Amino acid sequence: MDRNAVIEDIKKRFEADVTDVFDKSPKRVYIGIRPESIRRVAQYVLRDLGARFNIASGVDARGHMEILYHFTLEDINLLVSFRVILPKEKLEIDSLAPLFEGANWIEREMNELLGITFKGHPDMRRLLLPAEWPEGVYPLRCDYREWDKDAIRDRGV
Amino acid sequence: MARTIVPIGPYHPLQEEPEFFTLTVDGETVVAIDVQVGYNHRGIEKLSETKTFDQSTFVIERICGICSTSHPFAYTRAVEDIIPVEVPERAKFIRTIIAEGERLHSHLLWLGLAGHFLGYNTIYMWAWKLREEVLDVLEILSGNRNNYAMFKPGGVRRDIKAEDIPGVIKKLDSIVPTLTMLKNAVVDDPVLHARTKGIGILTKEEAVDFCALGPTSRASGVARDARKDSPYGAYDKVDWEMIVTHNGDVFDKVVLRILEMLESVKIMKACLTRLPKGDIDLNIKDIPPGEGIGHIEAPRGETFHYVRSDGTNRPARHKVRAPTFMNLPTYKATVVGETISDATIILAAIDPCYCCTERMAVRSTKGNLLGRGEDLIRLSQEKTEKMRRKMGR
Repeated sequence: MDRNAVIEDIKKRFEADVTDVFDKSPKRVYIGIRPESIRRVAQYVLRDLGARFNIASGVDARGHMEILYHFTLEDINLLVSFRVILPKEKLEIDSLAPLFEGANWIEREMNELLGITFKGHPDMRRLLLPAEWPEGVYPLRCDYREWDKDAIRDRGV
Repeated sequence: MARTIVPIGPYHPLQEEPEFFTLTVDGETVVAIDVQVGYNHRGIEKLSETKTFDQSTFVIERICGICSTSHPFAYTRAVEDIIPVEVPERAKFIRTIIAEGERLHSHLLWLGLAGHFLGYNTIYMWAWKLREEVLDVLEILSGNRNNYAMFKPGGVRRDIKAEDIPGVIKKLDSIVPTLTMLKNAVVDDPVLHARTKGIGILTKEEAVDFCALGPTSRASGVARDARKDSPYGAYDKVDWEMIVTHNGDVFDKVVLRILEMLESVKIMKACLTRLPKGDIDLNIKDIPPGEGIGHIEAPRGETFHYVRSDGTNRPARHKVRAPTFMNLPTYKATVVGETISDATIILAAIDPCYCCTERMAVRSTKGNLLGRGEDLIRLSQEKTEKMRRKMGR
């Protein structure tokens, strides 16, 4: 399959899950999908299309939270980024770690830095932040202020 | 069953970044391993959001002293992907030359340390002596031994002078015989074979499952290299071969890196002789709103940067993923079932960055101090020595 066929294939196969497709350039495509379908889509792209998982980028876009799951299809030199939009009130999504090991660490990282819950993650411990770091303070969010004494320094971190 | 836990780290000579490994052992055999990172988390992704696009280049150059080309390379490509633009040909060639110089010195540094851990200090001395030559080349080209500050969104900051090129090519030619000698020393040595073959095997399936990158996955037979699969810079304009080995053990990783160095010399020479004329910079003024991805092949694997712009002069989000982030968890697959004296070289085989303070303690479950970092290296070196004597060499 060439790149256009792959994009069409994903669009058709996951018709109810895909919200939008942004064909940015010959090597990059961004596909918006519903949060509840991420595991099925990821499974198809990894197992059937033979893609490699690059990484996921969590973005605090002020109004909502976004996760971009980047996959590379090396044979056709295409980087597919699946965009998932999560409302701030309900930061929850299915974990990909049971599917493959490569998603394990990045989900732990997003959990502690952005406060996203990954349902079904096998080993949800802190990855980067120290044990003394206060619960519920997420340093990569836009509203995080390191000079907020109440939040951080008075708690002895 | 009584369990003994061997902690390695957080500060240990095997690692540049502080990491804390907890090895659960039964006698000599490792039965479980856990890794704890974050001791060196500096919040660079957050910091980058407070800098302008040009300043960020310098911030991320300092993520790692050895990868001081890979990160700016991936970042500038991500920023160029937002617009999107292609940089001038000459800039592409200069970028490739610097990136390959970095691969050379990084692999040599690793080879030296791997030799040291195995008790082959001769390899260590040769490799590091050779590395000085490579650093000299980089100094001639960029003005710096490390942190070259050559990259900027839209091109490179310094040109390569025509009068420097013959001298650099001569220096590159001079390191090839030594590299070949090192290769033969490794390939022909029966003790090194016994010590590294079949040790710490990462199977192809595991490499895919862990999404391992670079030499770590190529040694397991995964023929993936961003330089070939998604050509950038001048990699599609010069002839070179992707090295793939198939056993996934420490030996294959050593051989693969040495062969890759010979390819790097080839690429550098080809780029220097065929350096096209023209501009080296596009002088990008504004970055429009949008998002971009840059991924390039660093010495340790693919470095991945995602940058989002909201139309201001600062990145709204900058995600950095270094190759070790994906390679590190493969320890789970490679170390379990091996002996402690092999753990040292297996931990080193994926080339996590080295350096830092030497501090390690082996404690029994009762908390008695048994040994220190140097003891673990001594243990590894003694094993080689024993094998050497047994084989009568």
